[in-house]
Amino acid sequence: MREFDYRRAVDVSGALALLDADPEARFLGGGTNLVDLMKTGVERPARLVDVRELPLNGIESTDNGGLRIGATVTNSDLAAHPEVRRRYPALTQAVLAGASGQLRNMATVGGNLLQRTRCGYFADVTKPCNKRVPGSGCPAVEGEHHNHAILGASEHCVAVHPSDMGVALTAFDAVVSYETAHGPGELPLAEFYRPVGDTPHLETALPPGALITGVTLPPAPVAADSRYRKVRERASYAFAIGSIAAALGIEDGVVREVRLAFGAVASRPWRARTAERALTGAPANAETFAAAADAELAAAKPLPHNGYKVTLMRNLVVAVLTELAEEAAR
Amino acid sequence: MAPPPSSTSSAVTLKINGDKHTLSVDHRTTLLDALRERLDLTGTKKGCDQGQCGACTVLLDGRRAVACLQLAVAAEDREITTVEGLAEAGQLHPVQQAFLDLDGYQCGYCTPGQICSAVAVIEEHAAGWPSAVTDDVRPEVGAPPLTADEIRERMSGNLCRCGAYVSIVQAVARAAEARMSQEAAV
Amino acid sequence: MTTAPTRKHFVGTAHTRVEGRDKVTGAARYASEIPFDRLAHGWLVLSTIARGRITSVEDTPVLAMPGVVAVLHHGNAPRVDTDYTGLLGTAPDPTAALFQHDRVPHAGWPVALVVADTSEQAREAAEALVVHYEQEPHDVDFTAEHPDAYPLDSHLPAVAEKGDLEAELAASAAVVDAEYTTPEEHHNPMEPHAAAARWDGGRLDVVDSNQGTLWVASELANLFSLDPASVRVRSEHVGGGFGSKGLRAHQVAAVMAATVLQRPVRVVMTRRQMFSLAGYRSPTRQHLRLGADADGRLRALEHRCLSLTSTVHEFVEPGADPARTMYDADAHHTANHVVRLDVPTPTWMRAPGEAPGSFALESALDELAEKLGIDPIELRVRNEPALGPVSGLPFSGRNLLACFREGARRFGWADRDPRPGLRRDGRWLLGTGTAAASFPAGAAPSTAAVTAEADGTFTVRINAADIGTGARTALTLVAADALEAAPERVRVRIGDSDFGPAFIAGGSMGTRSWSWAVTVAAEELRERLALGAAVPPEGITVRSDTTEAVGALARKERHSFGAQFAEVAVDVDTGEVRVRRMLGIFAAGRIVNPLTARGQFVGGMTWGISMALHEEAVRDAGTGGHYGADLAGYHVAAHADVPLVEADWIDDPDPDDPVGIKGIGEIGIVGAAAAIANAVRHATGVRHRHLPIRPDRVLMAGRHA
Repeated sequence: MREFDYRRAVDVSGALALLDADPEARFLGGGTNLVDLMKTGVERPARLVDVRELPLNGIESTDNGGLRIGATVTNSDLAAHPEVRRRYPALTQAVLAGASGQLRNMATVGGNLLQRTRCGYFADVTKPCNKRVPGSGCPAVEGEHHNHAILGASEHCVAVHPSDMGVALTAFDAVVSYETAHGPGELPLAEFYRPVGDTPHLETALPPGALITGVTLPPAPVAADSRYRKVRERASYAFAIGSIAAALGIEDGVVREVRLAFGAVASRPWRARTAERALTGAPANAETFAAAADAELAAAKPLPHNGYKVTLMRNLVVAVLTELAEEAAR
Repeated sequence: MAPPPSSTSSAVTLKINGDKHTLSVDHRTTLLDALRERLDLTGTKKGCDQGQCGACTVLLDGRRAVACLQLAVAAEDREITTVEGLAEAGQLHPVQQAFLDLDGYQCGYCTPGQICSAVAVIEEHAAGWPSAVTDDVRPEVGAPPLTADEIRERMSGNLCRCGAYVSIVQAVARAAEARMSQEAAV
Repeated sequence: MTTAPTRKHFVGTAHTRVEGRDKVTGAARYASEIPFDRLAHGWLVLSTIARGRITSVEDTPVLAMPGVVAVLHHGNAPRVDTDYTGLLGTAPDPTAALFQHDRVPHAGWPVALVVADTSEQAREAAEALVVHYEQEPHDVDFTAEHPDAYPLDSHLPAVAEKGDLEAELAASAAVVDAEYTTPEEHHNPMEPHAAAARWDGGRLDVVDSNQGTLWVASELANLFSLDPASVRVRSEHVGGGFGSKGLRAHQVAAVMAATVLQRPVRVVMTRRQMFSLAGYRSPTRQHLRLGADADGRLRALEHRCLSLTSTVHEFVEPGADPARTMYDADAHHTANHVVRLDVPTPTWMRAPGEAPGSFALESALDELAEKLGIDPIELRVRNEPALGPVSGLPFSGRNLLACFREGARRFGWADRDPRPGLRRDGRWLLGTGTAAASFPAGAAPSTAAVTAEADGTFTVRINAADIGTGARTALTLVAADALEAAPERVRVRIGDSDFGPAFIAGGSMGTRSWSWAVTVAAEELRERLALGAAVPPEGITVRSDTTEAVGALARKERHSFGAQFAEVAVDVDTGEVRVRRMLGIFAAGRIVNPLTARGQFVGGMTWGISMALHEEAVRDAGTGGHYGADLAGYHVAAHADVPLVEADWIDDPDPDDPVGIKGIGEIGIVGAAAAIANAVRHATGVRHRHLPIRPDRVLMAGRHA
């Protein structure tokens, strides 16, 4: 870890000024990912601007019945918030499925969205990685990739996004707000992460020097009946090998509205819009759930050792939607 | 506005177990290394230094956190409680006593982290926080009973390689019961 | 008038750890936690190539960095002597003979040590150090065919054969012929390897985390050509070892730097470095062939185990050994082979040989039971040998069937429907499985000193190591019984090479070996005091040495035994496996402290869960190094993976041991993974022969079943 300057910001404009859009400077939130990456040499910032104490730690209802979540709200406070638990229970479940109690107390909403992949090649500076060193190659394609992407990847990078929270936020059409020295902006989460293509090192559509100030969840009554299921290689405290955020609204046995997003299958939380379209208006039963999953996963391009994820995600779609349908029927 | 000239170290005042310690820290110094290498508070353990084991768990403003990913310079003005600060006037904290009585450890290296984590788990549960194994997280349902499965999930950020989990869970349950019966009595 | 106090038996009575208060308050100090004036911090630099040679180390720019005081490498490091045989009868692993040449035999080979005033400075300087290599092609592929594999002896011969295997297989009513594999596994004690070295009044003083201070001290004395009396190694509290904490690169690096700089130097391995420097359990490929009559009697047993070692040092994981204890057959062939690859040297890891070997053997027995339509416990009953199947020696005690009877009763085995795939709880399929366990029971020579102090207390000095086993407390109880004194009056001091020779914490032999020595000295002291000897101010000290007594033990098959039971739940939609309960019943000698002994058994069984479902180090073929070498990439069981695991024991004192002890540190893991794999088979109908039983394996096996 190289030596670095440290500044603590007290307001958003001050934070932006301290960062000064310097490519060698980073905002420091909870530090749970950034400090780890600094220790392993993946990140070598010259200056940290501590934004943890910015007045962005509130969760408020919006006029239209959504929620606005400040960027420095900790994962724990987000998960525990009564309105999140009431209106978007899958978001609480997703956050609680991530990391550990200690890390959730430290990690922030903004930092969670910006966390880097846990690909073992990315995290090891002695190995090639296009995301870390553009042009150095992607050893995962031919090497270890049993927890890598099946959707939306490219030959240049097959890493997956590790966030659980982001999967639920994606299902609920969250919009990311940010500030820059030139003014504020917004990005729907669906457009927040850039396609991998041949630039896996360029991960988000945020302008240089931008500070995430919050996330807005539009009203989504269907989200009140939502669920997050995560599969991993131990029962807790592990990253997903596959996860799903789902919400299901049924009327007279027919799917009125459905939200589906997948985790650990792509470089970003994966909104399963093809499956959603196939399901909307269809009878709510296991056959249509499976057919919708197959439609979504038809685009999957598994590698030699991660083809199980196609089966896993199909099974998860059927299992979780079936559970939600059964609960709705009760 | 140009930022002031950069520096790579700062004087900080850390509030640890009720005492203030003023020291100059390299910005790279984590709270964990500040405790262990600068302040001779070695009860907080370094198991992985990457937030992957929980051995360095301390309480920051009453909430559990891993000290290995917390920069010391960024911990200024926060109330830091380490395992050395749990006992009062020589009287072990009920969680410490339960670990001792029920053999909730073996080598002892993950123990301070487990104990600090358990202290916080009991508080988080009392505050009504759900967990990943809570069936229904809606607030109307209220906090789930602190079953063995709830304790296991909530303590999962603390690895114990000796495999003392069974007795650790029993110790946390005993300490939690003691706290609840104490509250009921008040 | 005084009356003689009634003699109490503290051995066998639960006692909380004597150092417990220090451990729960954070007062217990481990190796990296002892402060020294002018302490410098060493940071190891490891090779990034898997095979080749170092062409240059660019130390000049690094020496100019803030706080850096030295860069040691093969061009400037002190020379060490490796031409000796160590205390454990082996030559030193060259991995610990740091910086002696330019060869790189594996990824993660130590190539330099950077020393600086602070750990932050040392880490940054180590990262900045540029090392140039001439790279050569490497071979790290254990899964390939290896015609150059060769048999390698461990404490037993590599190969043992009797009878005509092919003929007996041909004559068998049922045959199991299967390959089982276990992956590379790492000890990962929670406390990373750490040592601080300094020269103090002409003596080398090392504070270290190890499983035997005299062992490490003698290795250091040999390596650095020092008078053994001038080396002192202390290790008061040890944050887990499991076989990994012997002589390692960190101690040698600290001694080199302390010698060169003439100031105290501490070297701590990072978690990632431990994956290359701390040893590990070799992966295994095991081929089992069992043949039996229709009534279950074994006619043929073949167990061949292939493991790997490095190109610089030999180590064998003897997975075929358990079959030599467990089951006889008319034709009985066992063999342990190794292949040399460009990887670090493996080492002992909790139940070496028995842990992976029992997975294969006890899975194969389960397969055979199913083929024969015989209950798996009954199959073991029908194959209970009267004598050692290979040695022909009598057993000193073999209470395996008693363990199965008690375990079956408590676990509810009698109600089990053997048909697979029938039981369901919501989305979970349920199944149960069992397996047998064994581990050698031995003792090794040790010395002890017991002092009657003038204040009426006693001090025991023995160079034992308490790596979490509870040895310190057990020895307190053993001494209390021998002295006929309350444990509160007995102070046990351990972990100091100045206390003289004693066996290491290893082989499940520590507490037995030390207890023997403590008992001999304490009993003699009690007799002297009983004669009315007055205690002078310096106390009365009696010393013991068990070399002769241990050497006089008759040759027998000496083992602990156990029966493992597991219930699992399997979600076939996701491939997740959860262990719902486990029970182990053990015949493992006299139990000194039930409180801590239960922790040893349950801890071992918890390792079994971890081995069955989680643990696997992944080696990247391209670079030859690890993929995901940390505790997020290498999963050990977490709280949520471990249900109520219960362990208990039957009365089984060793008649040839003064206290009746056998040893309990390792048997808990033996057979545990097999019991879980057998339960997964019972739950799903699918046999898993490759560990760990990951979700993807369950999911895809279900597809093809």
